[in-house]
Amino acid sequence: MTDTAVNTKAKPAPKSARPGTVALLLNNSLATGGLIVLAVICLIALATPLLPLPDPDATAPADRLLPVFSEGHLLGTDHLGRDLLSRLLWGTRVSLAVGVSATLIAAFFGSLFGLVAGYAGGRTDTVIMRGIDMVMAFPYILLALAIVAVLGPGLLNALYAIALVNIPFFARNIRGITYGLARREFVDAARLSGKSPVQILFIEILPNVLPVIVITMSTTVGWMILETAGLSFLGLGAQPPQADLGSMLGEGRKILFTAPHVSIIPGLMIFALVMSINLFGDGVRDVLDPRLRAGSLSRPVARTAVARGGSDIPPPSATPGVLDLRGLRTEFRIGGSVYKAVGGVDLHVRQGECLGVVGESGSGKSVTAMSVMGLVPTPPGRIAGGAAYLEGEDLFAASDGRIRHLRGGSVAYVFQDPLSTLHPLFTVGDQLKEAIRAHQPLSNAQLKEKALELLSLVRIPNPKERLSAYPHELSGGMRQRVCIAMALANDAKLLIADEPTTALDVTVQAQVLTLMNGLRRERNAAILFITHDFGVVSALCDRVAVMYAGRIVETGTTREILENPQHPYTAKLIECVPVLGEPERRLDAIEGRPPVVNNLPDGCAFADRCPRVRPDCRSGELELKLSSPERGVRCLYPLGEGGTA
Amino acid sequence: MAAIPVLFGLTVIVFLIMAMIPGDPATAILGSYATPENVAKLNQQLGLDKSLFQQYLIWIGNLFHGDLGRSYTLNRPVLDEVLERFSATLILAGTSLVLCSIFGLLAGIVSAVRQYGWADKIITFLVLIGISTPSFWLGLLLILAFAVKLRLFPASGMFAIYGGGDLPDLLHHLALPALTLSVVATGVIARLTRTAMLEVLRQDYIRTARAKGLSERKVIYKHAFKAALVSVVPVIGIQAGFVIGGAVYIETVFQWPGIGSMLVTAISTRDLLLVQGGVLVVAAAYVLFNLVADVVQTMLDPRLR
Amino acid sequence: MNEASVRQTGSETLLAISDVERIFGGARKLVGGRTPAVHAVQGLSLDVKQGETLGVVGESGCGKSTLARLVVGLDLPTSGKITFGGEDLAELARRDRRALARKVQYVFQDPVASLNPRKTIRTILEAPLRHLTNLNAAGRERRLKELLDAVNLAPEFLERYPHEFSGGQAQRIGIARALAAGPELIVLDEPVSALDVSVQAQVLNLLDDLKDRFGLTYIFISHDLSVVESVSDRVAVMYFGRMAELGPARQVFRAPLHPYTELLMRSAPAPGRHQLLAEDASAELPDPYNPPPGCAFAARCPNRTPLCREVQPAPDEAKGAGPDHIAACHHPLTRA
Repeated sequence: MTDTAVNTKAKPAPKSARPGTVALLLNNSLATGGLIVLAVICLIALATPLLPLPDPDATAPADRLLPVFSEGHLLGTDHLGRDLLSRLLWGTRVSLAVGVSATLIAAFFGSLFGLVAGYAGGRTDTVIMRGIDMVMAFPYILLALAIVAVLGPGLLNALYAIALVNIPFFARNIRGITYGLARREFVDAARLSGKSPVQILFIEILPNVLPVIVITMSTTVGWMILETAGLSFLGLGAQPPQADLGSMLGEGRKILFTAPHVSIIPGLMIFALVMSINLFGDGVRDVLDPRLRAGSLSRPVARTAVARGGSDIPPPSATPGVLDLRGLRTEFRIGGSVYKAVGGVDLHVRQGECLGVVGESGSGKSVTAMSVMGLVPTPPGRIAGGAAYLEGEDLFAASDGRIRHLRGGSVAYVFQDPLSTLHPLFTVGDQLKEAIRAHQPLSNAQLKEKALELLSLVRIPNPKERLSAYPHELSGGMRQRVCIAMALANDAKLLIADEPTTALDVTVQAQVLTLMNGLRRERNAAILFITHDFGVVSALCDRVAVMYAGRIVETGTTREILENPQHPYTAKLIECVPVLGEPERRLDAIEGRPPVVNNLPDGCAFADRCPRVRPDCRSGELELKLSSPERGVRCLYPLGEGGTA
Repeated sequence: MAAIPVLFGLTVIVFLIMAMIPGDPATAILGSYATPENVAKLNQQLGLDKSLFQQYLIWIGNLFHGDLGRSYTLNRPVLDEVLERFSATLILAGTSLVLCSIFGLLAGIVSAVRQYGWADKIITFLVLIGISTPSFWLGLLLILAFAVKLRLFPASGMFAIYGGGDLPDLLHHLALPALTLSVVATGVIARLTRTAMLEVLRQDYIRTARAKGLSERKVIYKHAFKAALVSVVPVIGIQAGFVIGGAVYIETVFQWPGIGSMLVTAISTRDLLLVQGGVLVVAAAYVLFNLVADVVQTMLDPRLR
Repeated sequence: MNEASVRQTGSETLLAISDVERIFGGARKLVGGRTPAVHAVQGLSLDVKQGETLGVVGESGCGKSTLARLVVGLDLPTSGKITFGGEDLAELARRDRRALARKVQYVFQDPVASLNPRKTIRTILEAPLRHLTNLNAAGRERRLKELLDAVNLAPEFLERYPHEFSGGQAQRIGIARALAAGPELIVLDEPVSALDVSVQAQVLNLLDDLKDRFGLTYIFISHDLSVVESVSDRVAVMYFGRMAELGPARQVFRAPLHPYTELLMRSAPAPGRHQLLAEDASAELPDPYNPPPGCAFAARCPNRTPLCREVQPAPDEAKGAGPDHIAACHHPLTRA
């Protein structure tokens, strides 16, 4: 076993990489605004008993319906001459208290039901959730009304009613999350560590559910305040003379035409309160929801942004093929750092040729493939330099319309996971026909005929029946055949296949590889084949380019690379994989792990893991040294003839 | 068919809620000066001397015959009153539901497609205002503005008292309450549509659609929207409940002769049979509506079949 | 920890699985009949000997993960019996889960998903020490250091959270957790398939090293034939919930009896291999809800006869060169 301890030493974690939750929240100006307004309202509500205000319930018939800014009554008086400002502040206190209490009650019971149902599953789950469904079968407010009808009008009863009708909402949300978590591997692991179910539920699962509970609470407090106000507005909540915001509004409604301020003022307060809570709540959600936090809910635009300086567009190479990539650089900007996923890649593919691009995850091989037709998601990706020439045409300079014409026309893609790459809601036939129709104006009958022809081409049995099948009704291998059929729909000159067999079983992989190999010879198309597996390369590719940390480190014919690798990385990569029939061979592991592409070292990116490293490997820019037009290695001290690492 | 046990459960819950009411219905009906003999007699008439289970069976038997009892305040059969009121609510809530579905979906799509653009920011802010405004207050403001100041729309009622009753008159009366009622639901649907669209647009099959060379319009309105709709349709179903519930406030504010205002009055006057009938009919309608939403969702998504 | 004595392979049986079956679904519905049932594992019999590595290989849907969960007691067989050291495992799992967890442990396929994202590595590794051993605080501390040392991780890692680790490091933590309570048997469920190839070799070498050091017995489950071949003493090939072939690794890979084993071997791409054996597109797994009466592989098999379609071959229908090389096939490729 190689000494990996050296390389797995902990490095100090960069402090700035993950901003704290509070900092993130304060970055959001709307949320901060909401927080400030909310804090002011809460402070005033808390301080109300200390403020020099008149008794909110003291009537003064002589001073009734005074307008706003009257002497001694800043906000005027109501129909009984009570001071509106005083009633407003006391009412805010009541509404806030009721809303928050209702939320806490609902959150507690709802989460408890949800946790238990989701964790226990089976019969317990069914019983609890059927009960919850039953409660949810009532329109929300109607149920609250029914409860108030039973308990009788009153503020406390309104609170119970609102809390009760919100329990299902929490229960459902929390149950969904818990159900997913309870079947995760870490829960099984905790079980095997000897933890009891109660320990697992409250020590392992609850901390993971807590953010969801907080999110749900922060997004429902406002709603509950609105609802309690609503019940009071109808005269079913706070009873006179007690003021809450809803009952003030309800009383004001009767004199809407003569003294509108009596109803407008409490309404404004409800609005300000709920709006500030919602703004703040959205901020909390954005910070706590991991999807939103990572910014992954950004919508990718139709085509990768191209941001290369006008001067540094390299000309096509001397031996152009169907595809000619020159100095391609693609970056991702996430947070403050720039990930140079592809850092200057040159490669070319000729007609009828299959070029394999081999690398581990994070080597930039897929990003290279996606960059060709602008399929790298923007944001956060963008093409930062270089050029891609398709038969001499600079793709990064082409118009959007032109790219759309080429996509699926001259250049077709086959992706990794055939289940997620086919649209689940359309039949296989529809998706095939759509691919044809986008590039060929055919009648419906012709389309169908062509689709059938394509399915037969990829050797799908009973193609006629399969046309009306949905993707989920097919096996993984069949789905990938459909994807290949779709890619062949318009006689593409270049086929880009991104790990097309990685998600498949071995026997199915062999079928698909054999199919692709046959089609390649028949059609004479160029193929760019992305994979991590040298075995797959052997079965299909004429030439190979090995990628590491965003650059090509070695290129040559498949045979040369496999038999006589020159880059130490290539040699190690071939040797660390067990080979069938050679069980005795000691695996030669590569120590450490690849560098992160937002912080690449100077010189050779492999230097830290290389057994042959010398001091000058760690400085300067390394060129891909070409020994023949097809053979190159990016290494100062390449391995000799027949040499191994 | 999943609706049948739910409907059955509804009847149980409604029955139990009413059975749990403290106090004696007979006393409530006869007033506190009734003699004990009269109370006992009425209790027997009402079947209240039997066990809870027997009472339920009798009640549900009557239910099947369309007998929900008599309203003591209105002195007419509960079913007649409830159905009459419910049709008014259906017009109001139905219109609102259509409005909020259309506007909510449109706003959500625009917001997602123009993510972080001006349209998105404006829509997001309007949506926030919409879901933060108490609808009953918004109704009052609209009355002040459009009925009192501008005199464009009537302030209350379903038809003009004199010479009304035709469709234009109904629409004229419907405009303000339907609009008010749809505001909150529009906001909720818009938000969810936006999230669902953004979620879908990141999926691999959208990349496939682009890689096929489809126009961006097809990618968004055919591929992405259909997938997003699968998760939005159940939300529209749930929003139907909020719209029907919200109708309680709006009917009170605009004096719309619907089931919501009936319920509020009935609760205040403790006309419990009327409350019971009203709640049951509305809840049943809601269950049926959600059934429709389920069917639509199943039609959209073959994986659910 | 176990006395770090290296026991002789092939001596005594540690785990015995006899005629085990696990059916999913088939529960009674409220109205009308039962939900459809799937046999995840069926008619499975096999012994694991003290100190050996038994490789289990098969494609998706062959029941290998179900088998793994049955062995660690995360799932219980519908029928049949599993004994560990002579003791009924299902019974033990029901009566005293912790006693079972002290003997049998599990390493998960997805190393990151098997660590609770909100717990530090210390908390994660302490859990088995706290619940499964009676070490005091100082003993646990000492043990934590030993464990990290055993999997080549620096002690600073203890205070970190799982998201700060790469897949390879996370898998080392998963292995350390499995080792914590000093088990005799570790079930490794695709322990390297989520890892990059360069890291895969590190973990394989580590596992090999630990086995010698602590005298462990492994059940190593994988879809990758070459990995299984390189680690296993004996191999079980599974297909559609049943055992297709079982025998010493060398024999199985050199002279497979079952046509499915051969298909697997010849389908696997390898550097330098140009031609892969590929069948027709129609060759697919049978419908699990409607399994064929005979051999499940018959539809794909080049050697099938009407007999294969009708009669399920016994697990030891065919015998290989050695006495312990068997296959469930009516028409094996090489006869003894």
